[in-house]
Amino acid sequence: MTSLTLKINNKDYTIEADPKMPLLWAIRDVVGLTGTKYGCGIAQCGACTVHMDGNPVRSCSIPVSAVANKNITTIEGLSEDNSHVVQQAWIAEQVPQCGYCQSGQIMAATALLKKNANPTDKDIDNAMQGHICRCGTYPRIRKAIKTASTMMAQKASTK
Amino acid sequence: METLNKNISRRNFMRLTSLSGAALTLGFYFPAAAKEAEMLKGDVAENLGIDLNAWISIDTKGKVTIINHRAEMGQGAYQAVPQIIAEELEVNLNDINIVFGVGNESKYGNQITGGSSTVRGSYKHLGRMGASAREMLKEAAANKWKVNKKECDAENGFIIHQPSGRKANYGDLVAEASKLEPPKTVALKKPEDYKIVRKPLPRQDTPLKVNGKAEFGLDKKLPGMLYAVVERSPRFIGKVKSVDDAATRKVPGVKHVFVTRTGVFASTREGVAVVADTLWAAMQGRKVLKVTWDDEGFEHHSTEQLYAKMNEDLKTKEGLSFRTKGNVASALAKATRKVEATYETPYESHSCMEPLNCIADTKADSCEIWGPIQAPGWVQDNLIQVLGLPREKVTVHMTFLGGGFGRKAFTDYTQEAALISKEIKAPVQVVWTREDDTLIGPFRPGMVYNIAAGLNEQGSISSFRYKMAGQDMDHQWPNANRESYNGSTTEGFLEPYFNSIPHYSFADLPLESPIPVMWWRSVYASTNGFAYESFMDELSIAAGKDPLDFRRQHLGDDRYQVVIDKLEEVSNWKSRKKNEGYGVAITECFSSIVGEIVKVSKGADGKVKIDKVWAVMDCGWYVNPDIIKAQVEGSIVMALGAATKHETHFKDGKAVEANFNTYKMPRITDIPEIEVHIVDNEEKAGGVGEPGLPPFSPALTNAIFDLTGKRIRKLPFNLQEV
Repeated sequence: MTSLTLKINNKDYTIEADPKMPLLWAIRDVVGLTGTKYGCGIAQCGACTVHMDGNPVRSCSIPVSAVANKNITTIEGLSEDNSHVVQQAWIAEQVPQCGYCQSGQIMAATALLKKNANPTDKDIDNAMQGHICRCGTYPRIRKAIKTASTMMAQKASTK
Repeated sequence: METLNKNISRRNFMRLTSLSGAALTLGFYFPAAAKEAEMLKGDVAENLGIDLNAWISIDTKGKVTIINHRAEMGQGAYQAVPQIIAEELEVNLNDINIVFGVGNESKYGNQITGGSSTVRGSYKHLGRMGASAREMLKEAAANKWKVNKKECDAENGFIIHQPSGRKANYGDLVAEASKLEPPKTVALKKPEDYKIVRKPLPRQDTPLKVNGKAEFGLDKKLPGMLYAVVERSPRFIGKVKSVDDAATRKVPGVKHVFVTRTGVFASTREGVAVVADTLWAAMQGRKVLKVTWDDEGFEHHSTEQLYAKMNEDLKTKEGLSFRTKGNVASALAKATRKVEATYETPYESHSCMEPLNCIADTKADSCEIWGPIQAPGWVQDNLIQVLGLPREKVTVHMTFLGGGFGRKAFTDYTQEAALISKEIKAPVQVVWTREDDTLIGPFRPGMVYNIAAGLNEQGSISSFRYKMAGQDMDHQWPNANRESYNGSTTEGFLEPYFNSIPHYSFADLPLESPIPVMWWRSVYASTNGFAYESFMDELSIAAGKDPLDFRRQHLGDDRYQVVIDKLEEVSNWKSRKKNEGYGVAITECFSSIVGEIVKVSKGADGKVKIDKVWAVMDCGWYVNPDIIKAQVEGSIVMALGAATKHETHFKDGKAVEANFNTYKMPRITDIPEIEVHIVDNEEKAGGVGEPGLPPFSPALTNAIFDLTGKRIRKLPFNLQEV
């Protein structure tokens, strides 16, 4: 067991954990933020996606010891009140069914839109193909990303 | 009131008093001998010792609480149940507080969220319950104002006296209303007057599911809770021969290691539990655990053996006869043209995105369960039996489910958790890893079908002989009669064929195997549909007819004709081009009829790609068109996976695919455009969550035949290799 400080959603958490413990379990079971999900444990499904310094990463496959001094953002860090444009778009398009994979989907979509405000279908494919949704919400995920992009453009033009 | 069944014990009362300020509580229950549900006020029910089914409560502030007795696993029960009640009660959906009911078969009736039954099983009762409360509130207002009740209308949480414009909030009327008797009969609204039902209203659970706040089973924590993982018998019914847990016990945090025995149908699944103070520690402990298994005395099947046996049975045996008419053998012999084909469908894992998990807190005299649970009533029944506890001492809480698809309508994972908690005398969360979830089953059974049919001179089906080989889920239960035919042999097949085909026979050949099998979204229709509708396509080709016209000719019933006409219209079937392949399939299950047309073409690389899917859903009376569309989209994606991506193989008695690197899922890159149309009619409500799945795979392979002339009779197949 080692003492580690994690910077999650702009807050410092000092935890005692096995340095080999994946970040996923530190976030969920030690810090207690359960919006980030366990899906496969081998970086195949994307349910555990969080941002590390703004980039989407698979928290199930990163040891907690490797994230010291990194800025971690989880789904809870997007917004508390669903005001983030991607959350708004997800609601507008009624994307979730069971909802279990959606934290990861939303984190991936957010990272994509931050880098590319107007993604093509191909861009969406590349950013989202690592994410499994067993309910099959893919058509709506694609639509919601485009809706978010439009909403962002509208916001920018009214500023 | 004398007719009420007083034998129902005073168990599991709604704790009405615990609802602060609840003034009018109304629910329904089923008197022992009656077919119709009876409406009853909460206090009357409590005095008579009657457990109400789903119920609503309105407090003095006008706040409405609805107990949702069905599991929410993505299919929209969380939305559909309140949407029906709010329509009749005349309240805004946003003003309703929705609470999950706890598992209690005696209170809520059949609570198993399976067979797409939530709406079709209870919509009339739910509507009547809302309407009864509304009428009581109107009567209370009329009494208060000393006016004729007929002059009062309910609107948006208020009763309004139309002539005078006087208005009262429901909350101000509940005290008076609660003194009235519920009306014996109540008129339900006409569809043209609906304001909430049939509208694509946004789901109430969506906001919770975009910010991480929705609590799934795996997210639930109890104070002092320990975590367990279980090394389970890889050959399903093998016994623990020996356990070397020396290294496991040295892992920091590990507290207990012991053998578990869990009932799976009539079998016992053995395992070794590793319990620790964190999930990570339990997983580390399990990594160094050494278990040897006694796998003597039963078959260690491989996929090849299983399918060879099913194919052999189809060739040599008649099977258990399910349904026959006329004389198939002689009619087949006399046919102008005979067609025969064999189809194979794979074993599949449910692979819900939330792996199985369950929290149990078993004490000497009680047990409490939390988890992603589709069948809380079954879980309660099972635990009463296994733990020897009275019903009121077993409480089952449903969290949100991260997918269900049938797998979470079972009692193995809950029983296992309850027994582990009992052993360690502490609350525990048992977590299945993805590998456990994928390897241990129960699985959708693999099936092989042989169909032979004769066509007459007019190109109509004169005889139809259908045989299905595969494991029968029902044969796994304790004391099952293994001589009994499979009651789902014709699941998926369209009813009018039974009228239009003069000679037919349907039979099944049950396969015996230690591999546990169970219901998987749309159950037998998920595989039967592929055989039936691929074969109908082959027959239409043999008859020289257009596949839609061929179906029209045999399905002489208005509902089916409407579906066919709509499919033809929306897909532009008649003006399809030469370099495009179109395939159609229509199936019915859980009282809904769904037709799908798939369009395929060849990409620049010469490979077949899916361009578009059109679906026409006739589910009769319905609640929320957007949820129906979402469910059909999802069903098509799941069917696409089972048709072209994933399959569970068996080798030496064990499942092979363990995680998503080998059990490959459809991805966003695989998904064509999907367009869903809903038929508007007043037929009885049918299922929504499952019936969209079966027609997809045959519509796809029929489309591929149309494009390439290649007939695919075995699933899954690789679209890249067609």
